[in-house]
Amino acid sequence: MKTHFLHAIMLTLSLFLLLTVIYPAMVWAVAKLAPGKGDGQTLHHAGHTFYRHIGQSFTQDRYFWSRPSAVDYNAAGSAGSNKGPSNEAYLADVHTRIDMLLAKHPGISIAQIPMDLVTASGSGLDPDFSVRAAKVQVERIARIRGIPEDKLIALINTHTTHPLWNMFGPKKINVLELNLALDSVSAR
Amino acid sequence: MLVVGLMSDFIQRESTNHMNTEIFGIGGMFAASVLLAMPLGRYISNVYSGERTLLDPLFNPLERIFYTISRIDPHIEMGWKQHMQAMLVINLLWFLMSMLILMTQGALPLNPDGNPSMSADLAFNTSVSFLVNCDLQHYAGESGVSYLSQFWLMFLQFVSAATGMAAVVVLFRAFRDKTAQTLGNFYVYLVKSCTRILLPLSLILALVLVFEGTPMTFAGKDTITTLQGDTVEVSRGPAAAFVAIKHVGTNGGGFFGANSAHPLENPSYLSNMVEMVGQMIIPLAMIFAFGHFIRRRKLSWVIFGVMTLGFMVLTIPNVLMEMRGNPAIAQMGVDSALGAMEGKEVRIGAAASGFWSIVTTAISTGSVNAMHDSSMPLSGMNQLLAMMVNAFYGGCGVGLLNFFIYIILAVFISGLMVGRTPEFLGKKVEAQEMKIAMFVALLHPFLILVATGLATAFPAQGASTVSNPGFHGFSEILYEYTSSAANNGSGFEGLGDNTLWWNITTGIVLILSRFLPIIGPVAIAGLMAQKKYIPEGEGTLKTDTGTFGMMIFTVIVIIAALSFFPALALGPIAEYFSMI
Repeated sequence: MKTHFLHAIMLTLSLFLLLTVIYPAMVWAVAKLAPGKGDGQTLHHAGHTFYRHIGQSFTQDRYFWSRPSAVDYNAAGSAGSNKGPSNEAYLADVHTRIDMLLAKHPGISIAQIPMDLVTASGSGLDPDFSVRAAKVQVERIARIRGIPEDKLIALINTHTTHPLWNMFGPKKINVLELNLALDSVSAR
Repeated sequence: MLVVGLMSDFIQRESTNHMNTEIFGIGGMFAASVLLAMPLGRYISNVYSGERTLLDPLFNPLERIFYTISRIDPHIEMGWKQHMQAMLVINLLWFLMSMLILMTQGALPLNPDGNPSMSADLAFNTSVSFLVNCDLQHYAGESGVSYLSQFWLMFLQFVSAATGMAAVVVLFRAFRDKTAQTLGNFYVYLVKSCTRILLPLSLILALVLVFEGTPMTFAGKDTITTLQGDTVEVSRGPAAAFVAIKHVGTNGGGFFGANSAHPLENPSYLSNMVEMVGQMIIPLAMIFAFGHFIRRRKLSWVIFGVMTLGFMVLTIPNVLMEMRGNPAIAQMGVDSALGAMEGKEVRIGAAASGFWSIVTTAISTGSVNAMHDSSMPLSGMNQLLAMMVNAFYGGCGVGLLNFFIYIILAVFISGLMVGRTPEFLGKKVEAQEMKIAMFVALLHPFLILVATGLATAFPAQGASTVSNPGFHGFSEILYEYTSSAANNGSGFEGLGDNTLWWNITTGIVLILSRFLPIIGPVAIAGLMAQKKYIPEGEGTLKTDTGTFGMMIFTVIVIIAALSFFPALALGPIAEYFSMI
């Protein structure tokens, strides 16, 4: 038993050096060559720095709204709502979100509202939404910013990320990038 | 019937929507995992049997240094009891070191965000949880641990996976030779698992992740002003190295609170695929390594077949239900083509989230890329069932140990049915082995059901911490103990689990359900190794056939599924019926 303890202590130190010092140091060194240098990929706009992968809260009418979030897009933390599918209070919340969307977009029907726009993401920091989530908001943004709708549709199309190698996974749109593009089209 | 209904529903939707890239994505992940696991299995077998492998020039000298420093003679052979002694002693040491680090992290270096030290009960829970390869987390990574602690927990992710792998190699050795008293050296298996298997795979995964956008930095939180003018903080840290071993070692502990749903921990569909392959590959490869090591490849395919059957039975309905979406929301009239998106990320989608939720529960990773608490009721049931069986692939090493128990039970029952002496691989299965196997098989439901019963009996401890009313609230409690007993680590995270009750009770369940199910099968293997080898003859019940495979499957269904049925009926099944 005592010899096992001695082996254990020294072996732990050896492995610690390899797995917890050398290994992360190698990853850290290579990360310096990666986009963002391992500090997180950033976007720069008008003197501001944003994180490309960290979603932002967009609630103003002049922007494409992002998805609901359980942490208000404050990436000091991260969480989903953890609401169960049959939870009455939760379903009432979803209903409120639907009503709000309908009130702000008089031209749309309820069947045009996609699921992601009325549900909170797992991290509360989802940087993306679906193509339909963008299209359903076109009417409002065209009205407020005075941009023709087909121009907005074209903007949405150029900012749509297609499935990986056109084969794997869903289509998506990075909400921050779309809104930055929107600002560059019209400052209003 | 439900599956048929879902299928036809799915095919109808498929013709109107272009969701097939989501299905291709799942197929791609599964196929890549299996195809890579086969050569990896051969490699793993060669590593443990000491044959020449690719990385010898690098690791032979390094390991020699390790053994010299630790005064370990790698040529000393151990019996099964010595193996278990060595395992328990080194695990005890890691536990003590862990308590020390977590309870003093606030005052230690590498803490740029100034996170406080852990309370004793939370440190106990966290230490045990990472030690036993579970990684249940009652804290959030952003605010609950320093970077130094993250590194320590990363160390535990390596060595806890290696512990499980070292234990299963003892079982490999027990069935390779006709009769064996000694079964190799525990420290050698432990070191080789780390250096030659876990480290290279983690390194590859980590490098993909940093290029996809996962941070690897020592900088603390950043404060930014968003485009519409809000001020928020962004947590960062040395995540890439951590996230890699979290998957390769089927650990599952997240760097950030939201685990692999967090866009920095899993930034893209590619990263999602790579993390998925990364977590499936060793459990799958271990099956092939076993057949290669004991020179019975056909047995590997039987085991693989049974596990895959069980895995598919759980996965397919889950994916379909998540893709169909929440019927209660669909009723309101919105477009539910995207599926059940509550708790899910757009870049991953409902299909890959559903698939992940079964992989992570079946192979005991416990990382999540979507919030299981918000899954459809029967999807949640399948996640629970995957952990209740805990051997449809199962965790690094330990999955095969759990499956071995089911094999022993199947051998015994089918032996009785046809009136032959129960034998496995030329060794008699006798009363002593059966007692151990029964004990281990029943321990799992016992721990889960008794603990759930206790937590439910004391509403101040149990019911007051759930975040959803009714049946779903009960599911949260059941899930927490199932996840603990399966050493899984995922959760119905609505549960307010950082309380004295939850920290202590899940900690106890974790310890018991880790070490007894390792010691049990290793003991059986050790006892059987010492027995006389009986050559196969006319009277031998063949264990590498499809018929015997079905027998094992039946035993699993009877033991695992049926003993849990009443509990499942009170939770997810009742919730399902309340929604239609």
